[in-house]
Amino acid sequence: MTTVHPAPRPETLPRRRLLGPGGPSYTEHLAAFGPLPARPQLIEDVVRSGLTGRGGAGFPAGRKLASMSPGGVVIGNGSEGEPLSAKDRLLLETRPHLVLDGLLATATAVQAKQVHLVVGPVSAPALRHAIAERRDARHIVLTETQDRFVGGEASAVVHLLTGGDAVPVDHPVRLTTRGLRRRPTLVQNVETLAHIAVIARSGADAFRAVGHPADPGTRLLTIAGDVAHPGVLEAPSGASLRDVLAAAEPGRISGALVGGYHGAWVGPEALDRPLAAAAAEGAIPVGAGILLVIGPGTCGLQASAEIATYLAGETAGQCGPCVNGLPVAGELLARIADGDRDPSLVAQLERTLRLVDGRGACHHPDGTARLIRSALTVFADEVRAHRAGHCGAHR
Amino acid sequence: MTATTLHIDWTRCRGRGACIDLVPGLSRDPWGYPILGSSGSDLPVPPQLEVDAADAVALCPVAALSLRPSAGTGAGR
Repeated sequence: MTTVHPAPRPETLPRRRLLGPGGPSYTEHLAAFGPLPARPQLIEDVVRSGLTGRGGAGFPAGRKLASMSPGGVVIGNGSEGEPLSAKDRLLLETRPHLVLDGLLATATAVQAKQVHLVVGPVSAPALRHAIAERRDARHIVLTETQDRFVGGEASAVVHLLTGGDAVPVDHPVRLTTRGLRRRPTLVQNVETLAHIAVIARSGADAFRAVGHPADPGTRLLTIAGDVAHPGVLEAPSGASLRDVLAAAEPGRISGALVGGYHGAWVGPEALDRPLAAAAAEGAIPVGAGILLVIGPGTCGLQASAEIATYLAGETAGQCGPCVNGLPVAGELLARIADGDRDPSLVAQLERTLRLVDGRGACHHPDGTARLIRSALTVFADEVRAHRAGHCGAHR
Repeated sequence: MTATTLHIDWTRCRGRGACIDLVPGLSRDPWGYPILGSSGSDLPVPPQLEVDAADAVALCPVAALSLRPSAGTGAGR
């Protein structure tokens, strides 16, 4: 688990919006942000702001809001099943009222009938307290979810609220069309909601003043791995990987896994590329904002094999190709990482990945395949070295 | 233009294989589950295969298959 530090060296992180002034209590929140104003044109503002979802998929938040019909359900998603990620928990525990503001403003804007907030067991007491601190939040239904990797997927959150386990369900029709108990359902990550709270106060133009033109605003990033100061920080969207990592003092970087366990590895040559949503041209897709750094002492193949094995174990056990394919893929990658010299391993692994791609109710198989493919590409020299009986990592 | 798509609910499929026998173009993966083509969970159904696809939907013992209008597919969040 990552330890959460206060964002290091704040002067290098201009215009912090979520983790700037403010605090966990409603009094501190009101002192820093003022009361939540009525904003009749909020959906339009969010569309114009260019805000993208911060839960991983990076879908335009405004478009999702605009696709809701009245009488539906809004769910704030603070599940954060990814073990490396700590930003949602930090936000929920230090700025809960920003999340509640965003949730309430969104629910009003889409004329929702029900408002839910789903968080992990660690954050639940803080949120229970925050909800009780204000009169306008009493109708929010707070639900604790289990800590499991696939539990944060939108359909898994909906399934949890129907009284089931937090496991993904098949949803060929969008949740905004038919979700919780067949009602239109909007699931938004809690950081996305906090940004909506900022937009509700300052408007779209102010939001766009910082960040990448195709993915404006700031975003929360969790930095982990071979760095001196792991933790969560807020940075302008579109900042380069190098600039973002500087505050964490990484030392020599031999690779970084960007976007978390369903993300992709990049090598040191990518350090000056911007981190932003996948739709932003030239950007490294930042997903839910997780950056796992490895230095010269860590073998990228070994690290990937450990993650792939973990992910295979995190299957919800529902979909055949995921249940059967991920353990095989993890095992093949582990054999490559362990120096098994069978020259057919890479081809076998690629064949297995093609058999899991897109063949599940959620993106767990595709995300795992993406991680493994990126490891084979970025650490291609290492694959050759391992086959020859060497490992480039020196401890 | 294809009007319909054969959609599989992977959470239901147990790899019984009835659809593989009924719909030309479906094949079997090493674990017995149907391979629907490049999109993974949705197979575009040309008019000449609509009857076969409808049979597969009706005869799947675990009701894992459905026919959907092509425009309505795509698992958005």
